Amino acid sequence: MFRLEKRPTPSKFWLYATPPVAVILTMIAGGILFAAMGKNPFEVIRTIFWDPIFGEFAFYLRGQLLVKAGPLILIAIGLALGFRAGIWNIGAEGQYIMGAIVGAGVGLAVFPTESRWIFPVMVVAGAFGGWAWAMIPAILKTRFNTNEILVSLMLVYVAETILAKASTGFLKNPEGMGFPGSRNFSSYPAAQNAELIAGSGLHWGGVAALVTGVLAYILLTRHQAGFQIKLAGQAPRAARFHGVNPARLVVMCMGISGALAGLAGLFEVTGPAGQISIDFNTGYGFTAIIVAFLGRLNPLGIVLAGFLMALTYVGGEMAATNLGLPDAAIQVFQGMLLFFLLAVDVLTNYRFRLAVGAH
Amino acid sequence: MTRPELLRVQGITKAYPGVVANSDVTFSVGEGEIHALLGENGAGKSTLVKMIYGLVRPDSGSMTLRGAGYQPSKPAEARRLGVAMVFQHFSLFEALNVAENVALGMENPPPMRELAAKIRAVSEEYGLPLDPSRMVGDLSAGERQRVEIIRCLLQDPELLIMDEPTSVLTPQEVEILFRTLRQLSSEGTAILYISHKLEEIRSLCDEATILRRGKVVATCTPRERTAREMAELMVGQALKTPERRLGAKGEVALGVSDLSVDSPIPFGTSLKGISFTVAKGEVLGIAGVAGNGQDELLLALSGELKSAPDRVRILSQPVGDLGPVERRRAGLVAAPEDRYGHAAAPDMSLVENAFLTAGVRKGLTKNGFVDWAGTRKFAEEIIAAYDVRTPGPDVAARALSGGNLQKFLMGRELMQGASVIVINQPTWGVDAAAAAQIRQSILDRAGEGAAVVVISQDLDELLEVSDSFAVLNEGRLTKPRTTEGLTMDEIGLMMGGAHGMEVAHHVPA
Repeated sequence: MFRLEKRPTPSKFWLYATPPVAVILTMIAGGILFAAMGKNPFEVIRTIFWDPIFGEFAFYLRGQLLVKAGPLILIAIGLALGFRAGIWNIGAEGQYIMGAIVGAGVGLAVFPTESRWIFPVMVVAGAFGGWAWAMIPAILKTRFNTNEILVSLMLVYVAETILAKASTGFLKNPEGMGFPGSRNFSSYPAAQNAELIAGSGLHWGGVAALVTGVLAYILLTRHQAGFQIKLAGQAPRAARFHGVNPARLVVMCMGISGALAGLAGLFEVTGPAGQISIDFNTGYGFTAIIVAFLGRLNPLGIVLAGFLMALTYVGGEMAATNLGLPDAAIQVFQGMLLFFLLAVDVLTNYRFRLAVGAH
Repeated sequence: MTRPELLRVQGITKAYPGVVANSDVTFSVGEGEIHALLGENGAGKSTLVKMIYGLVRPDSGSMTLRGAGYQPSKPAEARRLGVAMVFQHFSLFEALNVAENVALGMENPPPMRELAAKIRAVSEEYGLPLDPSRMVGDLSAGERQRVEIIRCLLQDPELLIMDEPTSVLTPQEVEILFRTLRQLSSEGTAILYISHKLEEIRSLCDEATILRRGKVVATCTPRERTAREMAELMVGQALKTPERRLGAKGEVALGVSDLSVDSPIPFGTSLKGISFTVAKGEVLGIAGVAGNGQDELLLALSGELKSAPDRVRILSQPVGDLGPVERRRAGLVAAPEDRYGHAAAPDMSLVENAFLTAGVRKGLTKNGFVDWAGTRKFAEEIIAAYDVRTPGPDVAARALSGGNLQKFLMGRELMQGASVIVINQPTWGVDAAAAAQIRQSILDRAGEGAAVVVISQDLDELLEVSDSFAVLNEGRLTKPRTTEGLTMDEIGLMMGGAHGMEVAHHVPA
C-alpha cells in the first residue's frame, strides 16, 4: 500500500507541475464522460481547447477569450489575496452584481448628459458597490465572529433579488416598451465601456485585469501588507505576534476582493453585456474561485488560469452549439478541473511512499 | 542485587527517512527495577519506548518479555501483556471528569461507581491524591498526570513506562511521584523512566542506559556517577557553564504594575494583579508549572494582549495599550514558547521569519516595501552568530530541527539591540550544548545593559541565569526575590507546594 508522507519543504517541481497535470487529467476524465454520453471525446476536447484559438472562427473567438478572461482574472486576484490570508470570500458573484448595479445606476442617473467624467465616476461607483457589499460579511465577522463563507454566499442570492428588482423596476428602461432590463449603454457613449481596439475583445476591464495582476504580484512579493496576508494565512498566531490586526486584515482583504469584483461587474455591464438585465450575472464570481486556485493563488498564475478557464467557457459554448453537448456537461468539466487540481496539489506538500510491511 | 530479567531489547534498529532514530540498541530491565533511559532531545528515547509500547514497529532486532518473544503490534496488545505507558503529553478530555477519562481508556470499563471506588482505592494506596469526580479541565498538570498514572496502575502493569514525567511538576509533586514509583518498584513493578534530568535519575533509578544519536553509549549505575559525568556521556563533550559578566544594575527598564488580563486561550489562566520591575542589566527568572499563566504573561508583554496604558512601561513609556509593532519600536522584543506557528511561521523561509519580528527595529521596510536584501543579510548574520545548522536562509523554518530553529529564533530577538528582552522557554527541546550557548548569550545581553525576563519551567536554568526570581502560580506572580541563596524547598513553597493536596487521604507509609 501507499502512504502519504509530508515533505520537509514544499516541492518546487509540483508547485508548477500541478496545473498542467490537472488539465491533462481533466481532459482524460472529461473525455471518458463525453464518450459515455455518446460523443467523440477527441472532437469535444479539440472543440474546447483547440478551435477557439486556431480553428475556423478563431478570429472572433480569440476576442471572446479576452472578454471572458478579463472579469475572471480581476475577480480571482481579489479572491486570491483573501484566500492567502485565510479569509474566504465566496460571494464575489454578489459583489459583482452590486458593482454593476451601483455603477450602472450612477451612469443611468445622469443620462443623457455627455461628459468625459461620467465613465470614470461610474468605475469608482462600481468598485464602491462591490466593496460595500463585501463589507457586510467583513463587519459581521469582525464584530460578531460570523462565518464569512456563509454570509458572503447568502448575500449572492440577496444581490440576485436586487438585480431582478433593478431590471424590472428602478433601473428599467423607460423607453423599453415594458421589457425588463435597463437602457443599453451601447447607445450612451459617455458611459460605455467600448472595445479599445475594434475586434480584439480588449476593453477597460481587460486592461484593469492585467494591471491588477502586476500590482497584486508586487504587493505579495515586495510589500509588507503582502507579507502580512501570507503570514496570516499560514500561521495566524505568528501574524498576531508580528503585529497584524486580524480584524483590519479581514476588512482589507474583503474590501479589495469586493471592490475588484464590483469593478468587473461595472466593466461587464457597460461593455459586453451592455445593460442591467435579470440574467446579467453568468457565474463569473464562482468560476473565479476555480481560477484563483488554478493559478496557485499567485497573481501571474491567475492571469494564465483566467485565459485557460475562458477557453473552457468559449470552447464549451462551441461544443454545446456545434456538438449538442448539454451545458451541465461543460460545468461538470470545469468542476473536474478544480477537483483534479486540488487532488494533484497534495503532491506539493506530500509524497507517496511505498509502505513496506505495513498492516 | 541481581533481579530476574523482565524485558530485553536486543539489537533494535529503526530508521525514518533521513534519520536513524535507533541503531542496534540493546538493554534489559529487571523485575521491579527502575531503569533510566537518558539522552538529549532527539537521542531516540521516545522512538525506543514507542516500539516497546507497540506504537512503532522496529525495522530489525527483537524484544523478549519474561523470556518470551515480544512483538506488540498495537498498544492494546502491549497493555494486555503488562506494559503500560504515561505519555509526556496527556490525552485527557478536559470537559469530562477523572473517572470518565479513565473509563474511556479501558476496553471493558466497569460501572462508573465501581470505577470511582477503584480509582479512590488506588490513589490512596499509592499516595496519589485524586478525586474521581473532578473535572479534568480544572486540574493542575501534576493532577492530570496522576490521572494518567492511575489509569495505568488499574491494569496492574509489570512494566510502567514514564516519558519525562517531572517536566510539569513542582518539586513537592516530584517527591510525591518518586515515593509512588519507589513503592511500585518494591512491589515488583519495573519502571522505565525517560528523562534528561540527571539529579532525578541519580536519586531514583537503579540502572541507566544512556543514548546518544540513537545508539547506546553507556550503561551505568546512576548513584555511582556524578551528574556531570553522566551529562558528558549524554552530550559526548565537555560542558561549559555560562559565565556571568557582572554589570552594574541600572534604572528600571521594564515596569509592570497590577496587570490583570483575561486569557484568550480556552482553559487558559488569566493574569491577576501582576507587578514587577526589571532593571537594566538584570535577569528576572519566572518559574512555574506549565499552564499557570506563562503564555498569557508573554502575550501581555509582547503586545498581543493589551491592557491599560500604564500597566506596562518600557523605559518609563506607558505601552500597555500598544500592539507588538509599537512595543518593538519602544525597545521590547519577545520570544514566545511555541516555535511552530507562534514564534515562527513553519512554512516560511528563514529570511521571511527574520522579517517577522526584526522588520521594525532593523529598519527593514521603506515606504511599506520590504527590504528583502537587507533581511536576508540579517538572517545570514543570525545563522552565523548562533551556529544554526541549515543549508541556507531560504529553507522553510519547519525543515530545521527544533534546536536549530530555536537558536535561530533566539538569535533573531537577541540581535536586535533591544533594551527589554522577554523569553518564554529559551531552551525548550534544545540540546545541552546549544542550551548553554543560548543561556550565555542571554547573560551577555544583560551584561550589555538589557533588562531580561526569562520564563521557564526548568528550575536549574533559572537558577543559572537569573539575578532575581519569582514564581507564576495560577496567574499570580510572587514577589521577586534575589536568586542567590534560594533553596529548592523555598522555591517549591513559592510554587504553591503540591497541587491538590487538599484531597489527600493517604497516610505516609
